[in-house]
Amino acid sequence: MWKLILEGLFAGFAGLIFIRPSQPLPKASIERGKKVYNTYCLACHQADGSGMQRMNPTLVKTSYVLGDKKKLITIILKGLQGGEVEIDGDTFHNPMPAHDFLKDQEIADVLSYVRNSFGNKASAVTVAEVKSERMKIK
Amino acid sequence: MKGKTKLIYFLMLFLLVTAFTNNSTQLNDKGVVVPRMQNVNGLQLPDGFKATVMAEGLGRARHLAVNSNGDVYVKLERLKDGKGIYRLRDTNADGVADNITGFGDYIGTGIAIKNNYLYASSNDGVFRYKITNDGVADPETIVKGLVNKRQHESKSLALDNAGNMYVNIGAPSNVCQEKDRTKGSPGRNPCPILDSAGGIWQFKAEGMNQSYAEGTRYATGLRNVVGLDWNNEVNDLYVTQHGRDMLFQHYPELFDQKSGANNPAEEMFRVKKGADCGWPYCYFDNDKNQKLLNPEFGGDRNKVGVCDGKVKSIVQFPGHLAPNALLFYTGKMFPEKYKNGAFIAFHGSWNRAPEPQAGYFVVFVPFKSGMPSGKWEVFADGFAGEDINRAKYRPCGLAQGPDGALYVSDDNNGTIWKITYSSN
Repeated sequence: MWKLILEGLFAGFAGLIFIRPSQPLPKASIERGKKVYNTYCLACHQADGSGMQRMNPTLVKTSYVLGDKKKLITIILKGLQGGEVEIDGDTFHNPMPAHDFLKDQEIADVLSYVRNSFGNKASAVTVAEVKSERMKIK
Repeated sequence: MKGKTKLIYFLMLFLLVTAFTNNSTQLNDKGVVVPRMQNVNGLQLPDGFKATVMAEGLGRARHLAVNSNGDVYVKLERLKDGKGIYRLRDTNADGVADNITGFGDYIGTGIAIKNNYLYASSNDGVFRYKITNDGVADPETIVKGLVNKRQHESKSLALDNAGNMYVNIGAPSNVCQEKDRTKGSPGRNPCPILDSAGGIWQFKAEGMNQSYAEGTRYATGLRNVVGLDWNNEVNDLYVTQHGRDMLFQHYPELFDQKSGANNPAEEMFRVKKGADCGWPYCYFDNDKNQKLLNPEFGGDRNKVGVCDGKVKSIVQFPGHLAPNALLFYTGKMFPEKYKNGAFIAFHGSWNRAPEPQAGYFVVFVPFKSGMPSGKWEVFADGFAGEDINRAKYRPCGLAQGPDGALYVSDDNNGTIWKITYSSN
């Protein structure tokens, strides 16, 4: 009986830490993500995430970045032809190459960085989430 | 050095440095000529020039054409109130448009006037309109069905005096790799894109419903030409090419961050029929001052290979500045040195990051008998505003008025400036 109660308490406590709606941001992952961003993303999306008019989409407070994480992970893995993204009436014409050569951890890191930089605030992306999307593509 | 002498020397150096940095760009350590400039309406212009905002808020205002009565036509890359072309009329001659009307329901870049017809391009064809007393007649389809894969889609155009029209068909590609813009992907040799894009096509100005079958590939090996103009003094076509991207990002072993920002050159070509200017196989290396083989095709910043046989550019500019409009000045308003010289509107860069961006300006190249006769210089500057990495205005179109005034468009906000000169 005591064991059950203890287990229940423990589960509740663990839930508070790990499953509560606003998780603390993984600082180390975001730090690593910045390096990934500077190497692979900055040339087009710019240091401040503002992109370039009609060529490279902005990453600042758009539904593409802040919305469905699965879609965002898929964009990294598969790239874009150019023209699919529309923000405030503008489309963006440069194709984005597939970045499937990045490791699951690197993709999780860079997306956690992007979703929490340039004025963005959103939950982090986990390795498990990246892995799951990569499975679907293969 | 004694203290006082040192101070004077220091002051002189300071004055010298500030004198050359005040109204210039980030590029003048490269020997760029910057004339004495003054501030006018937020822009910097050489002494004696004045800029008036003719219109603003037109949005993505691309190229311009001015009719013999002074009406300015603007082609938009995004519809404004459902219209893709606007006519700006200044009825009281104060330089500001007071009668603005729109027509045409398609987006695009190119626009020109010839023999009382207005030619305007969508991103896959060209239409023309007879200009009437109270507007324009219904459009006629001159060209249709050109390659439009979004990347480099602008169908800029120019007309000669022999009934021909020249249309840019930009390559929907960076450098014709098997996988576009993907590091490590090899170049395709021969590049199949060149059959239907990556060059200038010639069509009949009076022809209807033309496409590739009726046109001629006038020049090839041009990645993307947004600025082009027919030079009436020597009867030749001149074009400004946007050079390739991603040299530093894809070849860090050959280009460091700085040389990746400054390479390749943006180039101006004098284009004869049949010219092959070298894309995707070649690029112009600004540091080596030479046309070289692109690394995707085996280049190592030394190999020339097939580039030896390609047409050489006549003017080179720093990398990634994006020359979006070219205009040979034939007016009488500006001082003599501008006569028959070339104005180029640079749209400004993105592929210089993380180096600071550059090139939000209008440049002048002096010409004599159809060839450059001196160094290029900054003509109008200050479009970027306070933050060069977040440009306020982006120069995109140029046109000359019947009085010799120069018009400049911006496709960030849709501002049209009228630049005039007076020696008083």
